[in-house]
Amino acid sequence: MASPGLRGLVADWSSDRQAFHVAWGKAMMWIFLLSDTFIFGSFLTGYMTVRMSTTVAWPNPSEVFALHVGATAVPLLLIAIMTFVLISSSGTMAMAVNCAYRRDRVNAARLMFVTAAFGALFVGMQAFEWSKLIAEGVRPWGNPMGAAQFGSSFFMITGFHGLHVTAGVIYLIVVARRLQRGRYEGRGNYQIVEIAGLYWHFVDLVWVFIFALFYLW
Amino acid sequence: MDTAGGQQQHPISLYLKIWALLFVLSALSYGVDYFHLQGLWRWGLILVFMMLKAGLIVAVFMHLAWERLALIYAILLPPLALLVLVGLMASEAGYVHLTRLLFFR
Repeated sequence: MASPGLRGLVADWSSDRQAFHVAWGKAMMWIFLLSDTFIFGSFLTGYMTVRMSTTVAWPNPSEVFALHVGATAVPLLLIAIMTFVLISSSGTMAMAVNCAYRRDRVNAARLMFVTAAFGALFVGMQAFEWSKLIAEGVRPWGNPMGAAQFGSSFFMITGFHGLHVTAGVIYLIVVARRLQRGRYEGRGNYQIVEIAGLYWHFVDLVWVFIFALFYLW
Repeated sequence: MDTAGGQQQHPISLYLKIWALLFVLSALSYGVDYFHLQGLWRWGLILVFMMLKAGLIVAVFMHLAWERLALIYAILLPPLALLVLVGLMASEAGYVHLTRLLFFR
């Protein structure tokens, strides 16, 4: 006989049925990442909409984001470096997960700190890029290079991504500190590193789409 | 590969290979811009490299390739709804563009 009322609600929703045979933390992280996919998906769709519907020429990202090395302008140089930094951070993160599952918590924590450092470097370069564009007169409501929607799309999309990277850096540092202190040693359960890794790889994944659709298109 | 505790244990050489592959793919997609490819080649290659990189990250780095189908489908199918949104908004954007050409020039 099912119990009524609030108690019944809790019982029904937690009645020992399991769809995903993974740790609950991992399933929940995946579902959070799925919801985040929709947020970034909506941002990128909004960007597509304003870019397709404007009658003013869209600023050429290849020129807007060029850096001068000596006298020559190299297109998208900073963005390319940022891409390689983020991919490298994903590589070190994958190896940190590997170390954690081999119970090598010292190296796992070290690799996570390296990952966080790459992430901080990425955010630093993004701050540089933002200030450069702001100095050149790019605002959310207009810019000297072309369509006004360029600024709002740029600041919204890269800003939201940068916030994710910043949150990820903090998350990684917290988990790495706990690893160092041996907090997970007792239960011998190092799944938390893989879960943190899932978030970090997702941040890299989103950048793949932003790089392709916003900077290269 | 997938041990009893749901742990993902794979050789480190696999991660290094994928890492190298992601570097190559990023360099190639940067090359698309650097060598000023235009038109069909440009957006075709951008999309191909983007999907290859995304696939490698999700399948190997996030271990989705070794998860059970129940989880794989739960994660990969819902984002397909975004394609519907993209389709709707593309047609809407085309319409807005045409009306702007007619009335705001």
